Amino acid sequence: MDFTLTKEQTLFLQMIREFAEKEVKPLAAEVDEDERFPEETVRKMAKLGIMGIPFPTKYGGAGGDNILYSMAVEELSRMCGTTGVVVSAHTSLCVAPIYEHGTEDQKQKYLPKLCSGKWLGAFGLTEPNAGTDASAQQTTATLDGDEYVINGSKIFITNAFYADVYVVMAMTDKSLGTRGISAFIVEKGTPGFSFGKKEKKLGIRGSATCELIFENCRIPKENLLGKIGGGFGVAMKTLDGGRIGIAAQALGIAQGAMDETVKYVKERKQFGKPIGQFQNTQFQLADLSTKIEAARWLVRVAAFKKDRGIPYSVDAARAKLFASETSMEVTVKAVQFHGGYGYTREYPVERMMRDAKITEIYEGTSEVQRMVIGATLLK
Amino acid sequence: MDKSQYKDIYVFIEQREGIIQNVGLELLNKARELAETLEEKVCAMFLGHNIKSKAQELIAYGADTVLCADEPELAQYNTEPYTQAIVQIINEKNPSIVLIGATTIGRDLGPRISARVETGLTADCTGLAISEERDLMMTRPAFGGNLMATILCKEHRPQMSTVRPGVMLKGEKEDNRKGNIEEIGVKFDTSKFKVKILENVKEAKNMIDITEAKILVSGGRGVGSTEGFQKLQELADEIGAEVSSSRAMVDAGIIPHDRQVGQTGKTVRPDVYFAFGISGAIQHLAGMEESDFIIAVNKDKTAPIFQNADLGIVGDVNQIIPLLTEKLRNEVRK
Amino acid sequence: MNIVVCIKQVPDTTEIKLNPETGTMIREGVPSIMNPDDKGGLEMALELKDQYGAHITVITMGPAQADQILREAFAMGVDRAILLTDRKFAGADTLATSNALAGALKILDYDLIITGRQAIDGDTAQVGPQVAEHLDLPQVTYVENLQFKAPKTFTIKKATEEGYQTVEVDAPCVVTVLASANHPRYMSVSGIVTAYQREVEIWGFDNIKVDENKLGLKGSPTRVAKSFTKGGKMAGQLYEVDAKEAVGIIVNKLKDKFIV
Repeated sequence: MDFTLTKEQTLFLQMIREFAEKEVKPLAAEVDEDERFPEETVRKMAKLGIMGIPFPTKYGGAGGDNILYSMAVEELSRMCGTTGVVVSAHTSLCVAPIYEHGTEDQKQKYLPKLCSGKWLGAFGLTEPNAGTDASAQQTTATLDGDEYVINGSKIFITNAFYADVYVVMAMTDKSLGTRGISAFIVEKGTPGFSFGKKEKKLGIRGSATCELIFENCRIPKENLLGKIGGGFGVAMKTLDGGRIGIAAQALGIAQGAMDETVKYVKERKQFGKPIGQFQNTQFQLADLSTKIEAARWLVRVAAFKKDRGIPYSVDAARAKLFASETSMEVTVKAVQFHGGYGYTREYPVERMMRDAKITEIYEGTSEVQRMVIGATLLK
Repeated sequence: MDKSQYKDIYVFIEQREGIIQNVGLELLNKARELAETLEEKVCAMFLGHNIKSKAQELIAYGADTVLCADEPELAQYNTEPYTQAIVQIINEKNPSIVLIGATTIGRDLGPRISARVETGLTADCTGLAISEERDLMMTRPAFGGNLMATILCKEHRPQMSTVRPGVMLKGEKEDNRKGNIEEIGVKFDTSKFKVKILENVKEAKNMIDITEAKILVSGGRGVGSTEGFQKLQELADEIGAEVSSSRAMVDAGIIPHDRQVGQTGKTVRPDVYFAFGISGAIQHLAGMEESDFIIAVNKDKTAPIFQNADLGIVGDVNQIIPLLTEKLRNEVRK
Repeated sequence: MNIVVCIKQVPDTTEIKLNPETGTMIREGVPSIMNPDDKGGLEMALELKDQYGAHITVITMGPAQADQILREAFAMGVDRAILLTDRKFAGADTLATSNALAGALKILDYDLIITGRQAIDGDTAQVGPQVAEHLDLPQVTYVENLQFKAPKTFTIKKATEEGYQTVEVDAPCVVTVLASANHPRYMSVSGIVTAYQREVEIWGFDNIKVDENKLGLKGSPTRVAKSFTKGGKMAGQLYEVDAKEAVGIIVNKLKDKFIV
């Protein structure tokens, strides 16, 4: 067992921290305030290979692994939760399922463009009546000659509109329940595929969250991803991986709030001394930093197992549960430490608090994570 | 080596378009002081074209002899012809000490000469003195916070040193000083002239000379951005100051190089020097520590700048700069 | 085009802090980085490679830890990396350093040799021109921009006190580059992943044909006779107060000085 960073990881952190500091941090408040998708940042990340970190070079990936990927999402989110989720949704929810379940032809067609960041990816599972109960899918796909015809809609889709490729779940046979769900690859611009309203959100306001609408949208039957009826499995496995990304995002937001708080309590003086000198401050920060470090290692364990092909579903659930709840706790306390200033947009901690909340909700709420973990315990 | 074969102090006189640069005159004055200790002479190396008429001025500023190389090849500074001319002088005359101004020209020329004559060169000296063994003691800031190093070049001659403009003080001009003017014919090897100057452009923005300012408001990493420097400019406008900066901001492309204070920028001595968000690396201190009154504002109370400031404020520059501007504006109205 | 870039690992002097009580330097935690001017030079080489195709070699002289900046250079896109390291090189001043570097460069193929203008730990700006002299090559210092004109001409913009000069020189030549010349690229992820799988060539005294008496401490005409802490100015008054109060203190001082 070895908990030291490898040389490559050290070098990677040097790069991604500098990138986050110089390219991501300056835009964080603006993309939040203006609810603007950070397209220019995505282009910069694409150039460096950040949009395809854990995929092999033969598909245009960077040849890295999920540890590096989780580090990237953490460091980006430390400065800007929006940027973190753009990378996470793209990598874990679109590129990963095509890489893991796609045919060689599908991989050749989509991965080089996605990994190089020329194309952005997204994932469509949630529907108005199929949230935590994802099996209640109402979107349908019907085979008609050489094409599937998709009808229905998906909501709360991260990267929607800006993404070029969507991995979408639809019922191919309603009578079979979850075994009647199949996964498809749908390209932006396909006739019958359009976007609904863009959500106005509490946090991660720069990320695009839209409805996907399918009205007799015809896609070639080669765009079936995985087996017919295998869609629910594809979706669940995809979400397992996605949870590593969201856990890393939550962790990054927590670390960012911690950094801001440590800086602030050293400078802010009350009763004649910096508030960091008070034992109450130090004890609280000690507890929070311990939780952050615990979350970090939960994330790394899950990523480590995924990289080595060891089952990691419950590890990812634990990482996401703990990291997201830690993130919420840290950011709420960070605002408290900042007092009235923390409640204003002069300081970034209120944004971090708003950003943190979603990590307890999307890609499986905390309750879903507890279900996954609990079910494993009692199996 | 037989050091007795080498004597006298030679100063490279930089001229641009026939105008003698101050740094040469500052070095002549320092050379005078060293020459008196050594009981040797001061020689000015004056290179250019159609410059003979100005040689007398160098005597007035302290030269005993002016070696004047007046050649068309030397009209404009270019590394190779200037190196050939100076190396020829060094080889013919055997000087003990060669001093060069640490301008962009001097810093291009000095190392080229030192490598050709295979001797040591100490860059950007802030102090020059003569040791009991009659060696030149060259003191310069060295890496390591507030570390200074005194450097000797015992076994090689000449002992070469560059000194930044503004570090030494120019002497009084004495029009009736006596001295010789000697013309030097340079034997050029033109086959080695490889760099062709196509154009020489002066930029208007570079005409502001921060070394002449009475008050400087200087910003560093703590000011950080173009917007931050706009706020600094507003403060400067309020008190008739110029804006200057630390190296980091120049490297980041936020501030042009001619406004950089420090060892690699300019040496300044204003009446009041404001250091906003400047940590005070030795390179920066070297360029401003002679200021009459230094006011430093920095978030970090461990910043070295506070060790050199007359007045230190631990605080956020981004809050203090606009407040100060406003307060000064109100004071002036009163 | 063959380009050799000379780079140096330096302590990040902008990160240096002093103990407020004793005035001594806090050495702990000062990170080592690729010298900023050298990184500007490396970016210039990489841009030439992007535009015209080039083979880039980076070389550094230093202790074994300097390997780190060579890996960084790999991850930025260079083709070959050489670490020049030997106890015989230790204690070198600029002239002895330039002798060792020039010895190594003589073995390499080059059309263009790039160095940073100067290193932030010494700020001497000497090694580039001294290397040029040893190799009998023309030099252009303080370079802000460089364009290549086939078959072998470089058009170069160099900074001067008053503005800039445009000069022209044929390959081979030496240029020294300013950090402000460009914005160095980040390391790429795939470059990072493979950086430690690639070979950094270790060259020592036996690889270069240079007289031992011209290297290291032995080959250094200049010696540090003594170093001392600069007393400098005594620190004046230090106030830790809120912004309003601070502004009041400053304005009162300025009134004392008759500035206001």
